[in-house]
Amino acid sequence: MIRFENVSKRYDTGQEALSRVDFHIARGEMVFLTGHSGAGKSTLMKLIMLMERPSHGQVLVGGRQTNRIRGAGIAHFRRDIGVVFQNHQLLFDRSVFDNVALPLQVAGFQVGDIGRRVRAALDKVGLLHKERQNPITLSGGEQQRVGIARAVVNKPALVLADEPTGNLDPELSAEIMTLFRQFNELGTTLVIATHDIDLIGRMNKRVLSLANGRVTSGAAPGGSQ
Amino acid sequence: MRLLRSPLQSVLTWLVIAVATALPATLYVALENIQALGYQWQDSSQISVFLRRDASAQSITEWRQQLASRQDIAELTYVSPEQAMSEFRQHSGLGDVLDDLEQNPLPPVLLVQPATTASQGAALETLLSDLQAHPLTDDARLDMMWVQRLEQLLLLAGRTVFFLALLLVLGLLLVIGNTIRLAIESRRAEILVVKLVGGTNAYVRRPFLYTGLWYGLGGGLIALILLAAGLYWLSPPVSQLASLYQSDFKLEGLDFITSAQLVLLAGLVGLAGAWLAVGRHLSAIEPQ
Repeated sequence: MIRFENVSKRYDTGQEALSRVDFHIARGEMVFLTGHSGAGKSTLMKLIMLMERPSHGQVLVGGRQTNRIRGAGIAHFRRDIGVVFQNHQLLFDRSVFDNVALPLQVAGFQVGDIGRRVRAALDKVGLLHKERQNPITLSGGEQQRVGIARAVVNKPALVLADEPTGNLDPELSAEIMTLFRQFNELGTTLVIATHDIDLIGRMNKRVLSLANGRVTSGAAPGGSQ
Repeated sequence: MRLLRSPLQSVLTWLVIAVATALPATLYVALENIQALGYQWQDSSQISVFLRRDASAQSITEWRQQLASRQDIAELTYVSPEQAMSEFRQHSGLGDVLDDLEQNPLPPVLLVQPATTASQGAALETLLSDLQAHPLTDDARLDMMWVQRLEQLLLLAGRTVFFLALLLVLGLLLVIGNTIRLAIESRRAEILVVKLVGGTNAYVRRPFLYTGLWYGLGGGLIALILLAAGLYWLSPPVSQLASLYQSDFKLEGLDFITSAQLVLLAGLVGLAGAWLAVGRHLSAIEPQ
């Protein structure tokens, strides 16, 4: 699903965020990405999302060479990837329903289709009864679940999550992880960046560790800790 | 309709656009009216042919018969020195003084009304020089200078209005561009999220272009209303003034087609302003 081949990323400031990174994540896997802040987790995520381009090497996603994707192709490429953010990036000028509907509206789905899919996604995260509320009235855990609903509403093959439990207490974090595991069991490939070691230990999944822009362990599928 | 979410801001923008559109439109209407007035006066242009005082009554009659057959003369009036004197006596109130005059100082006059085909330009010049060249003529006068001056002034005024309209269009582009820029800034978070979930630039751009178009169309419509109100306010004094000059002149507003063109033009300017702003500012907002 995701393959990094000898990827380096050097920012204009001269800082080398990733150096000679090689790894492969198979379709249907659930992988934790871990490392100190500044280890290169965010850069790695941005390279997959085409928010940044590698200075060297190549990134393949779903078998496609991402360095050949340009212009409007970037937007279409992103429709196949769901993203969950630490600060959830919800819009407070519209309802929970409209927040979750955004990826479908952008992709040009029919109104009836949007309603059906949004309710299915909200049902999965247990927030169907709050579809009409403004997300600002929800708790932190609920907001994150709305963010997850938005990430999966389009039924993407790949979901990226950047510190999805960063602001949540252990109980809510476990709840979110259970959700992710359910999506994974339905066949979605998941990459979750986190530095919550306890959580990773309990999940018993493959862990890709980064330190100073290099992969230190878990580069190949099947090598769980 | 995003515009209705911040009504005050939208109304203010609409008013700015309306005023900027109404200004050149008003000048245009004024110009059209003055032009119409100018043509009216031009049509009533008359050539006064002062005849030699020693011209015999018979030769005058012969010439009048010749002139009456000319195609470029609509009407011919002969005023003899006696008639002229009695009219002058009536209208001037100088009756007693005139009685002291030993002889009538007024020459016989032919008042020539050119036909409409010869009421301006070269045809009128030809007629005038023909009249001047005749041996009976002492002097033939057409006060053409002021007509020509008026034409030149109208030409100048027309160019000024055009130039002013260009400046105001430029101003409109900037006003709408700036409004759209602010709208883009205030929706930064939304644009970032939309781009992250796979919204194309075209998808992000579209609502802002619509906003610009609506600002332009709305402003154009308000400009038409302002213009109509102004005309309504000016009409009574203008027709009173006209009636004092025995004229049935009336203020004319914009016809339907021109009104529609004005609104459409304002809409296009709005769209163009939005396009410029979107092109400049939207690409700068990329997810980091």
